[in-house]
Amino acid sequence: MHRPTALPARLHDLRTRIEGYARACGLDFFDTLFEVLGFDEINMVAAYGGFPNRYPHWRFGMEYERLSKGYEYGLSKIYEMVVNNDPSYAYLLESNMDVDQKLVMAHVFGHVDFFKNNFMFRHTNRKMMDQMANHATRVRRYQDKLGVEPVEDFVDRCLSIENLIDYQSPYVKRRPDRGDEEEAEERKVAQGFKTEREYMREYINPPGFIEAQQKKLDAEAVRKKKVPERPERDVLLFLLEHAPLERWEHDVLSIVRDEAYYFAPQGQTKVMNEGWATYWHSRIMTEKALDASEVVDYADHHSGTLATQPGQLNPYKLGLELWRDIEDRWNKGRFGKEYDECDSFVDRRQWDKKAGLGRQKIFEVRQHCNDVTFIDEFLTPEFVMEQKLFTFGYVEKHQRWEVLEREFRKVKEKLLHTLTNFGQPAIAVEDGNFENKGELLLVHRHDGVDLKLDYARDTLRNVQTLWRRPVNLVSKVDGRGTLFRHDGTEHTSKRHDL
Amino acid sequence: MALKIKKDHARFRDIVRGRIKRDLKKYLQKGELIGKKGKELVTIPIPTIDLPHFRFGERSQGGVGQGDGEPGDPLSPADGPGGGRAGQGEGEHLLEVDVSLDELADLLGEELALPRIQPKGKDRIVSTRTRYTGVAPSGPESLRHFKRTYKQALRRQIASGSYNWRRPVIVPVREDRRYRTWKEVPLPETNAVVIYMMDVSGSMGDEQKEIVRIESFWIDTWLRRHYRGLVTRYLIHDAVAREVDRDTFFHTRESGGTMISSAYRLALEIIEADYAPSSWNVYPFHFSDGDNWSADDTRLCVELLRDRILPAVNLFCYGQVESPYGSGQFIKDLEEGVGGRENVALSEIADKEGIHPSIKAFLGTGR
Repeated sequence: MHRPTALPARLHDLRTRIEGYARACGLDFFDTLFEVLGFDEINMVAAYGGFPNRYPHWRFGMEYERLSKGYEYGLSKIYEMVVNNDPSYAYLLESNMDVDQKLVMAHVFGHVDFFKNNFMFRHTNRKMMDQMANHATRVRRYQDKLGVEPVEDFVDRCLSIENLIDYQSPYVKRRPDRGDEEEAEERKVAQGFKTEREYMREYINPPGFIEAQQKKLDAEAVRKKKVPERPERDVLLFLLEHAPLERWEHDVLSIVRDEAYYFAPQGQTKVMNEGWATYWHSRIMTEKALDASEVVDYADHHSGTLATQPGQLNPYKLGLELWRDIEDRWNKGRFGKEYDECDSFVDRRQWDKKAGLGRQKIFEVRQHCNDVTFIDEFLTPEFVMEQKLFTFGYVEKHQRWEVLEREFRKVKEKLLHTLTNFGQPAIAVEDGNFENKGELLLVHRHDGVDLKLDYARDTLRNVQTLWRRPVNLVSKVDGRGTLFRHDGTEHTSKRHDL
Repeated sequence: MALKIKKDHARFRDIVRGRIKRDLKKYLQKGELIGKKGKELVTIPIPTIDLPHFRFGERSQGGVGQGDGEPGDPLSPADGPGGGRAGQGEGEHLLEVDVSLDELADLLGEELALPRIQPKGKDRIVSTRTRYTGVAPSGPESLRHFKRTYKQALRRQIASGSYNWRRPVIVPVREDRRYRTWKEVPLPETNAVVIYMMDVSGSMGDEQKEIVRIESFWIDTWLRRHYRGLVTRYLIHDAVAREVDRDTFFHTRESGGTMISSAYRLALEIIEADYAPSSWNVYPFHFSDGDNWSADDTRLCVELLRDRILPAVNLFCYGQVESPYGSGQFIKDLEEGVGGRENVALSEIADKEGIHPSIKAFLGTGR
């Protein structure tokens, strides 16, 4: 069992102080357990994604190597880590200076407040610490029974498709309730609208209308026989329900799926969450917690987290600036019809209604948004200009990456595109009995960006080993519909238009 | 406590080395961390395995960035996407810090499991240095410690009540005097010289020289870790040998034939003139594509090595770099002639991948 050790007295005092400041700011968080770790341990825990207990898999070892090499060669070190759980766990690096520990604590309370209150996390398992340990035990048991290699190979294949989940599904109802739908085998006949006056029937339900209704019903009947009825974005779920998996395989796949769903909201709120934590650590540190002697170190480390590079967007920086912008706008009343319709540049510049709603607004937003809605709603042309945002892309003609545009609309579009669906292609199961041969058909909803083809082929092969029968994927390559197929021994592809 | 992760780590290393799960090897990517040495960059390899996913092709995607630049301006190559991966664990702040060359050398040693060098003649060649280490009540007047003597006298006068603060005159007596004492510290002499020799005949191309350059950088770094004041000399040769500076060494390309003995003879002259084997650790490194002019010359080389050079040096290393014209016979001849000697290391370097094993072959001898 994982037992947190008591904090040393000095850190305990710091923690009590910082927690007091955070509560006074209005942050509302789970009980948070801090644990002090040496660099080796913190690298391990970080490699495990924050959990001290994960199932055995080489990729954790890979992550560990990257982290510890970075640390040993003095190139980077992990600063803070926090786990969405109730109580939350956070880790402090033993060798950090006091000022760093304070910063980390303040930052962590920001994250935990976000985990607790943001709607995206409402469905996450708050006992994930235990759940992960549970997963670990199960996978270990299979390995003891079946050998390390076969189980690990299977995990590899599951991981290869772990992104094929339905990121929205925890928040909406996808499937109709199956109640009393006793499926009659015979064909349903269109009845038209009910009427008690026989002489009106022809007028209320003209033959053309009845015909159309009948067609709809027939189509519905065909669709109902199809598996899945509607395209299923949760490919993992579809495989769990329909693929001929052995019991242990079924269990391992469901473990991978559980964990993917657990981590998904963190990926979908990265900008907001990091921005929020950074916003609060900077507030708490600069207004309350910082000693005069620590200012230089604090400024150094704070600016380090906010550094930007041209080709990469720093979520800490973008998030922080957006939060500050929102607070400022609502403080000055820069929102609503009147402001939106004002087209005098000077007036907008000087707009200040002394509304003082900033604090209230940001707390509201942290509850109801995710990255996509956050950007969609609060990114303004002024902000894009001030923050010098731009789009970039690979220019074939010059064989290099170039800055493309600085126009607001384009920047926002691109930004949303990289955030929607986690920046990953939308792929769904279209048919579990393709061409009536028990083959699987996946469809990529092409939105202008092609798949990375070599990877797609290899992934398809992995899907095939789970499905056992041949699998197909429809996508577009250079604007042409293409069907990729893997039948267990070889790849083929041909033109195909849906 | 052994960390749980060590097992996963060992498994990952096995995959990288190709011992298990070979089918994953094709997803292996050679990432690297970049360290700095003054203006030079050194890279530290970080292998990663990227399991295949359905994902967008990178070049067709692009993204959003932040900073200066007009539309049409290039992003610098290092800034291209692909460097940034979203960690799934919440919030990993990464902080950049510097790394020193000494640490790099240690890491290289650790990575390749290199033994520490035992400098030659540690017990034989000893110079002594005197160090003042203490204070004693007797000694030669020339070493009298004025401050300590004064302090002692002051202490005595105060204790005996003869100190007058109105007229603070301190007069030391014989017993107050203090003298410096010294110790003789034996210092092992660790002078070292590296003589790099490179074949610059027509068959050595730029890629071959790049390999030599990288390898010699690491050898330099490692040896400097062990010897303060390392001296390097550079010789190039085709049919004749001459001494050059570092820059010329790496950039010269000649077109003549190859007489390796010319280099060995010149190296021997240098050693005999400047670096007496009794007080110097000498490391000749020779890189060539192994295509010597004639069997006679090769025989001469082996003789030179066996009879004159090897007795005078710590370690003689020969690296044969594979060139587009194939690699020659020379390494086999050396193997035959002097292969068994303990202070000879030979290695073949096929390409850049071969640098690591080759460094290990050279420096793994611990000499």
